[in-house]
Amino acid sequence: MPVKSSKIDTKNLVKLLNQLCERLADRPIKVMEVCGTHTVTAHSTGLHSLLPDNLQLISGPGCPVCVTPAGFIDQAARLALEHDVQVMTYGDMVRVPGIKTSLEDVRRQGGKVSVVYSINDAIAVAQQEPNQKIVFLGIGFETTAPATAFALQRAQNEGIKNFIVLCAHKRIIPAMEALLNDPAISIDAFLAPGHVSVIIGAGAYDFIATQHRRPCVVAGFDGEQMLMGLVQILTQLVAGQVKVENVYRSRVTEQGNRQAQKIIDEVFTPSMSIWRGLGAIEQSGLNIRPAFADLDARNIFDLGPPEDFEPSGCRCAEVLKGLIQPSECKLFAQQCTPSAPVGACMVSREGSCSAYYKYHKAGAAS
Amino acid sequence: MQELIRQEIIPRLGGKSLIELADSARLDLPHTTLAFTTDSFVVWPLFFPGGDIGRLAVCGTVNDLAARGAKPLALSLALIVEEGLPMNTLRRILKSVSDAACQAQVEVVTGDTKVVERGSANQLFITTSGVGIMPSNLDFTPGRIEPGDVLIINGAIGDHGIAVMSVREGISFASSVKSDVAPLAQMVQKVIKGCGPAVKCMKDPTRGGLAANLNEMAQNVGFVLEEEKIPIRPEVQGACDLLGLDALTVANEGKMLFLVCPDSASKTLDILRDHPLGAEAAVIGRADDKKRLVRLKTALGGERIIDTPYGRELPRIC
Repeated sequence: MPVKSSKIDTKNLVKLLNQLCERLADRPIKVMEVCGTHTVTAHSTGLHSLLPDNLQLISGPGCPVCVTPAGFIDQAARLALEHDVQVMTYGDMVRVPGIKTSLEDVRRQGGKVSVVYSINDAIAVAQQEPNQKIVFLGIGFETTAPATAFALQRAQNEGIKNFIVLCAHKRIIPAMEALLNDPAISIDAFLAPGHVSVIIGAGAYDFIATQHRRPCVVAGFDGEQMLMGLVQILTQLVAGQVKVENVYRSRVTEQGNRQAQKIIDEVFTPSMSIWRGLGAIEQSGLNIRPAFADLDARNIFDLGPPEDFEPSGCRCAEVLKGLIQPSECKLFAQQCTPSAPVGACMVSREGSCSAYYKYHKAGAAS
Repeated sequence: MQELIRQEIIPRLGGKSLIELADSARLDLPHTTLAFTTDSFVVWPLFFPGGDIGRLAVCGTVNDLAARGAKPLALSLALIVEEGLPMNTLRRILKSVSDAACQAQVEVVTGDTKVVERGSANQLFITTSGVGIMPSNLDFTPGRIEPGDVLIINGAIGDHGIAVMSVREGISFASSVKSDVAPLAQMVQKVIKGCGPAVKCMKDPTRGGLAANLNEMAQNVGFVLEEEKIPIRPEVQGACDLLGLDALTVANEGKMLFLVCPDSASKTLDILRDHPLGAEAAVIGRADDKKRLVRLKTALGGERIIDTPYGRELPRIC
């Protein structure tokens, strides 16, 4: 019986990476991976244990659950408790602590909160129960935004009036730009996310090379892809080059998926958005266009922008910017654990703190 | 759950056997040694590919006895039936109990049936208890494991958890995965007969999968596993990837972990592979001296920790 996926010659990749890092031995290199799935892969495949000492892979704000502001949870909770709507969401959001409550608490109080694996399930429930208002939480980057956009178009075309979206979708590029413009943050290069890049295209990162003079490589989601991406980055750094490269060519093109970009554009408009830990970033969110106002929870229930809030002592903001490792936060593994999370980075399995907690132990190798 | 047991239950009830938290309790009588265990089954849906709650209730208890090296002697069966459960459903499940007991060569000798009002149970809950005869001179507890002992499993991991989840979550591509639910006592008895005290410890990695159970066993030793040697079906791995699950945390109901002396490893493998429930047996790692630490040598060539899974596993969103 086959076991795990066949092994590419990863030993050679690791050897190459070490040789490249040796040539830069006088300088510590910080590469940021901007995707929660990359974060999990880096930990679950033991990639961190293979990296040379002067190469640090740090996690960025790429976990959609982690960057959704706490006030958004409270808004969803109020809808479930005060407006008798059924809130439908992807799983990780249920346990995220808001400012005053979580959707898990709402469920305990009798509020209707259910987990779906696909937005189509939420549409199906809306069709089966036409008298029940369904509020779907639109969370995620350009990866999940097209599905929400398509669902809104479908609901409008088919007259499914009880399907409503509370939107917190985000755009990754403005967040990367904000990080690069922050003088406190030192990032030598980016490992760009595969899934988002399928939609936005590798060309979207050109500004990182042209304006910010840093290498950026798009990589897929297994350990080999990430190793290949790191080798490309280090090769550029050794050669003194800065360019955008793509080692995930089987899925990611230069232009991305034009159809998905078009549908995002038809339904959403870029707007200022609040990121948990990072604050307000211009053009980094996606608001539902007025043409879909009848299906927009912000309009229907007259909701303002969600409040941002960080619990006392929580250093998620610095973790999300790659300024500290999760273990440097005093709450980490003490008051803040996956069973009782304080900060958002501990809730989602793709959160830096959760991945760090799961795959590391004090005193353990790597 | 572990917290609840350790903080609330054991301080109030704990005798010597309960504190051990073994799969079965050991009862030393004047002329014999018995293993005694109990387990409740609340699986939903009641029927899943490869089995149902009835087969599960027999196998789960038989395997808890088997893990202690006991030969199952008799089972009790308690049914909590929700009002309105179709009689045909109950009949199918009872047939399944009977078939599984027959396969395990164990008799259901006592039982109880309660009907509760609608809404007080989810169609059917079953509790089974079992007694078995233990070899009086041998015990298979984690305390016996020494660094260097070889870790063997009798087949592919994650089948049961994914079979149940594929029905529950409607994952069509995983619908070919069948639960591995099976009574393992006879297979285990063959290993004990063949290898005797060279078998140090056994454990059936049910809830929490390999991750939870190996962490429980890692008291005086640690374990290091090799990812590439752990048998797993591609469709199980695919479903785990889709749901964002680590296959090492997914439940099994027909698997046994064996810790054996290095020089008995190949004999153990031969005995297992000769048995229909052990045809895919494999050495997947070994014990080492890094106490309380379970590590994985990854396919990528790296290393990471395998920690006890926490809470309810939820799917990721992108």
